[in-house]
Parts: sequence; structure tokens; C-alpha cells
Amino acid sequence: MRSYKHIGVKPTECERSCCLRVDHLGVRFGNDEILKDVGFHLHCGELIALIGPNGAGKSSLIKAILGQMPHTGTIRFHTAGGARLKPRIGYVPQSPSFDKGDPVSVLDLFVCSISGYPVWLPIPKALREQVRACLARVHGEDLIDKRVGMLSGGELQRVLLAMALEPLPHILILDEPFSGVDVEGERQLFALLDEVRNSYDLSILLCTHDFTTLSLMDKVLLLQKELLKAGTPEEVTASEEFQKLFSVTGGNGGAA
Amino acid sequence: MQLWYSLVDLLPFSWAEPGSMFFMKNALLAVLVISPLFALLSTLVVERGMSFFSDALGHSAFTGLAVGAFCGLSDATWPAVALAVGFALLFTWVERRSELASDTVIGVFSATAVALGIFLSTLDGRSFTKFNSLLIGDILSVSPEKIALLALILVLVLVLWATQMNDMTLSAVHPALAQSRGVRLSVQQALFNCAVAVVVTLSMTWVGLLVINSLLVLPGAAARNIARNMRQYTLFALLGALVCGVGGLLLSYAIGSSTGASITLLLSAYFFVTFAFRGRRA
Repeated sequence: MRSYKHIGVKPTECERSCCLRVDHLGVRFGNDEILKDVGFHLHCGELIALIGPNGAGKSSLIKAILGQMPHTGTIRFHTAGGARLKPRIGYVPQSPSFDKGDPVSVLDLFVCSISGYPVWLPIPKALREQVRACLARVHGEDLIDKRVGMLSGGELQRVLLAMALEPLPHILILDEPFSGVDVEGERQLFALLDEVRNSYDLSILLCTHDFTTLSLMDKVLLLQKELLKAGTPEEVTASEEFQKLFSVTGGNGGAA
Repeated sequence: MQLWYSLVDLLPFSWAEPGSMFFMKNALLAVLVISPLFALLSTLVVERGMSFFSDALGHSAFTGLAVGAFCGLSDATWPAVALAVGFALLFTWVERRSELASDTVIGVFSATAVALGIFLSTLDGRSFTKFNSLLIGDILSVSPEKIALLALILVLVLVLWATQMNDMTLSAVHPALAQSRGVRLSVQQALFNCAVAVVVTLSMTWVGLLVINSLLVLPGAAARNIARNMRQYTLFALLGALVCGVGGLLLSYAIGSSTGASITLLLSAYFFVTFAFRGRRA
């Protein structure tokens, strides 16, 4: 039943590829069971989507992986060489809408998060160069002096992605990266994610409500408290569980 | 102080004559210390959307002074500081635990603090009059020792800002991102609230309860109208506070008005001028 864990990579190859391995993960909130016996593997270079209705436990799963939520079960990571270590995780959180008048520029946001240099003092050239180099990874060098309140949804996601890539992580996790992003921005962002995973050989896990992008993923995890279904996008979207949850044919809001 | 007095003696004002009007010279120095102090705090008060909270803290500082007086202390400054810090921490805690919107929580705390202060200071039919000076403040009564204390606080705030400003800004702008970067939001919140509490309480006697919040909000609010980044934001807030602070003091001397109110009015003017130019930035 768990054979789907290794789509794309045969079980024996798991040792040779870097791998984040989640086993029997459970999360409880008082008496409520939020997650139960969740298990999957995430290999480098893979792009995996986490989907599920609201309240399915997607955020809890992400928080557990980030180490921000107590859980049962294990989350382990080993590199391609087999070394076990605590993975460095780059996280792109869901964004609040910024105040348009916010006097915080992209450079400021970067300096605040990647450096200890006080953001209210004149910023040294070297630090500015470092930020520019980070932004170059997402083709966003020209955004450096823009105020965050003036960024479009797509630009903001690129900036946050650039931030998550510094320092370069083993795993990249994105929370609803396509929300608030228009169609063109979505296409660009996706191309960027594809470029990132190929150039840096890292794994990407993103949770999304946007099913139009599912076909571009390597693997899809359908979550509702438990892992209901996991596999290729085609397998998951065609599955009974998916149809039932999202009532794709009925279109009555998933009541089915 | 001697060095300061000889420096001021060089100024071309009637009160700057050597050997006289020391209260005015003290007040000028106090303004030069208080203005940057409040300007620095105001950038974050505005950025974090906490202007109402700082107002409530002012009220708790008043309560602290009233409690001190009630207990018969001649100098209630330190008990008041302790009480304000306790209030700030309690507030931080309640706000995190409570489901209420933060302005509701502040309203509850603010009302409680004022009521307690007035209750204690008028108990046994005492007169409230002696607290009037706290409401309006009197910067001309500041002593060199108190200026030294305020200068020390300014240095501490500068150190706090140099080490914590990044985390504080990040947690104000994007809490989820800050958290994922290992910033502990509640610690930042508590630290900042305590800084505001200490500064507000210590400067209350000279600035006055009614004016203090304007000093905590206006420099930041005005700078925010025109700043394109955090450096400009800090700089405009500092410059505005200094110019309006000194200007307000001189103005109040010239026309005999309340110093705190004069400074506040100049700061308001600064706000509306920058407001008119807010569209100019990119």
C-alpha cells in the first residue's frame, strides 16, 4: 500500500538520492486528532503538491516539518551521500497583504531576515550586493528598492522565494504560493520553481488550492487528516477520493 | 553640565546669557535627549500599529505614580516604572491568550489603569490637583540628574535598536516569515512593550500624559508619509522630532505657552506637510 512513496525513484535508489522521510506522523490538538499516520518521501529534484480541503491539516503538516509543532512519528532526512542531518528548510509563508504605505523596501526586508546589520543604518555596499545576488536567483534584481507594499502578488512571491533560498536549503516549502498571483505571474512563478529545483537540486513541497497547476507536479499528496491518496497528478485527480472530496463533476462546493 | 552651559552661552538668545536661566538650558538639553528617544520608538509604534497601546501605557504610568503617592513615597518614579513594565507584560500576555481584537484589550486595560489611578489619588477625599502637572507636564522643571537618566535610557534604546530592530521590523511586517526565521514573536513584543513602558513612565513628568502619545506617534507617522525605506524612515522621524522639539521649546518660551503642546502642534504641522508630499515617493 505504501509503494506510492517511491514514485519516480525505485526503493533501492532512495538511498542514493537525498530524501526527507516522514513516517507515521501524527498531530493532536487537545482531543482533536489533526493528522494521523501520515507518511511520504520527498526526494531532491522533486516537486510535490499537498492538497486537501480547508482544515485538512496541511498547515499542521508543514509546521511539523518545520519543527514548529509537536508531533508523533518521525521526520528524517539524509543527503544523497547517506549522511543523516537536520535538513535546512527554506519556507515561503502565506503572505499578509502589506500596508501600501509601509516604508519597508525589499532590501530592508532582506536585511532584516538574513543579516544582523541594523536596518535603520546606512547599508554597506557588500550587503546590498549580497541581496542583489539573492534576488538575481529569481530574476528580481530590479525589485531591490521597491517598497513591499507596492509589489504585485507575483513579485512578492518571487522576493519571498529569493529569501527562502538564502542560505540555500535542502528543502523548499511554499504555502499557497499561487494565491493572489495572476495567471501570467503563476506561469512565471512555476517556471522559476522548475528552474530552482533543477539548478540547486532541492526538493519542493507546496500546498495549494489551485488545481490547474497540479498537472505540472511530479507527485500529489491528497490529505485529509490522513494521507488519502498519493501518486502522480493523473492518478490522484482521477481517484475516487479526490472526486469525492472536491466533487469535481457535481460542482456543489464539495458537499457531494 | 558646565560644558553644556558654556556651549549654550554661545547661542544668540536672551535666555542663553551666561549665569542665568538654567531651567531653560536644562530644558533644551532634555529636549535634545527626549526627541530622538521618542522618534526611535515612534518608528516602531507606527510600524506595529500600536499607537493606541502606547496611549494606554501612558495611563498606566500615571497609575503607577498615583500608587506611589498613595503609598506615601516621595519619589514614585521607580515603582511607577515597575508597574508600567508589569502592565506591558500582562498586556502582552492577555493579548496573546485572548480572542478579542487587540484594540478591545487595550481599551480594557487603559480604562482600568486610569480608573485605578484616579481612585487611589482621590481616596479619602484627597485633591487631584497635585496630579495636574502629570497631565500637562513641565519640561522646564527637569533637573540635570534626570537628564542624565534619560540620556542613559537613550543609550539603552540605541543598543536595543542596534540589536533587535531587524527582528522587530520583520515581526511587524510579516509575522509568519519572522517566525520561520526563528524570531520569537512574543519575546519581541514583550521587549518592545517594556521599552515603551519605561520611556513613557520616565519622561511623563516632563512631557505630560496628554502630549506623550503624540510624541510616540507623530514623528513616525509623518516620516512614514514620505520615506521609501527604513533608513529614510528613521532619519525623517529623528530630524522631525529634533526640529519640532527644539522649535516647540523656543516657541513656548517666546509666547508663554505649554512646551509639550507647542512641540505637539509643530509635529502635527510636520505630519500634514509630509502628508501633502506623500504622493512624491516611488
